Amino acid sequence: MTDAAKPQPATDWGRITRDGLWGNNVILAQALALCPTLAVTSTATNGLGMGLATTAVLVLSNLLVSLLRGVITPEVRIPIYIVLIATLVTLVDLGLNAYAHELHKVLGLFIALIVVNCAILGRAESFASKNPAAASALDGLAIGLGFTLVLVVLGGVREVIGSGTLFAGAAQLLGSSFGFLELHLIPNYRGFLLAILPPGGFLALGFLLAGKRLIDARAAANRRRQASAEPVLS
Amino acid sequence: MSTAVQTSLPRGILYQALLLGGFTLLAAALLAVADRVTREPIALRHAEDLNASLSQVMPSDIHDNDLAADPLTLTDAAGAPVLVYRALREGQVTGVAYQVIGNGYAGEITLILALDAEGHVLGTRVLAHKETPGLGDKIEAAKNDWILAFKGRSLGDPPAERWGVKKDGGTFDQFSGATITPRAVVRAIKGGLEFFAANQTELLAPPR
Repeated sequence: MTDAAKPQPATDWGRITRDGLWGNNVILAQALALCPTLAVTSTATNGLGMGLATTAVLVLSNLLVSLLRGVITPEVRIPIYIVLIATLVTLVDLGLNAYAHELHKVLGLFIALIVVNCAILGRAESFASKNPAAASALDGLAIGLGFTLVLVVLGGVREVIGSGTLFAGAAQLLGSSFGFLELHLIPNYRGFLLAILPPGGFLALGFLLAGKRLIDARAAANRRRQASAEPVLS
Repeated sequence: MSTAVQTSLPRGILYQALLLGGFTLLAAALLAVADRVTREPIALRHAEDLNASLSQVMPSDIHDNDLAADPLTLTDAAGAPVLVYRALREGQVTGVAYQVIGNGYAGEITLILALDAEGHVLGTRVLAHKETPGLGDKIEAAKNDWILAFKGRSLGDPPAERWGVKKDGGTFDQFSGATITPRAVVRAIKGGLEFFAANQTELLAPPR
């Protein structure tokens, strides 16, 4: 990582976004936060709920850590980050419970799990503590959306294979206007239990990880081929 | 390893301690304030939840009172307190509702059970559970209408030996891949009916 004492190059917004969504994806590239990932992705809706709640906390915690980066000393930074993140999550939990109770009933389970999501501490440590506030907030958003994307895909795959539906319960999470998302893909499907249970999560995640490797390898091979054809591009 | 965080302030052990202590104190203060501010709304929301779940299981045409007001406290066979919400019409008890608990696959399943004065099930709903999503959660009325099959049942209908899931020779369906969850719910409801039979006099006594 670059030293913050050096003059900072101009923030590369596009790069932060691409890294968060794909190149440095929490799950696919860093293989962090696997515990909540495997635990909640039995349906696409659960994945979406967990992803969005985590994104909100990531943006706030990155912003806060970035703003306080001049005050916090390296020696005590980890406990301070943990206190900050836990406080933030608890505040969000209390606030939602009091003022958005219907949403809290659906997300309540996920919110408590966010505290133990190591990806949030990871971003505070590796990005927000070294970068200005706006870039850190964008990093939180990009990483959070990348996390959400993988959770929804993983949940969707497991849900379709496991119970033959997609986005079941989306109306409860997002409001009844999103009821159209709920699809019953395979009528009279008996269900495939393995996909919903934790081993199914590991299997689906394995295929996703392999899929990313494959796509990245293809893209790299493409780039090499283009580079050898046009030596201007390095 | 490069350290990103630079500060001009003195960095002795006292500073570190004060910094960490300060942040912790600040966090504790924030949380205390947030708890104070949200305690009343959260209690209100929980009361609304209780009222909403009571009105789901208790038909509105059999009572003219506020169901959540003035609950009765009895003790069950195991000695645990049971809070009973009574439906009253013109001072007479027309129905009772209370929570029953089953031991599911992943912990307790809390249900609310409403019975009429003769001990027939008016309705029952799951209030809280930790069953496997996509499998055991079919006990929720929002996901499956399985739980509606208990309406109108009583301790003698079906007979005691048929008060179980089909796998155990009973009357009620289980779900494919999940037997423990419906079995726990059936047992909890049967337990609730037995509680009614054992405490019928107290339950139906008009409130003073």
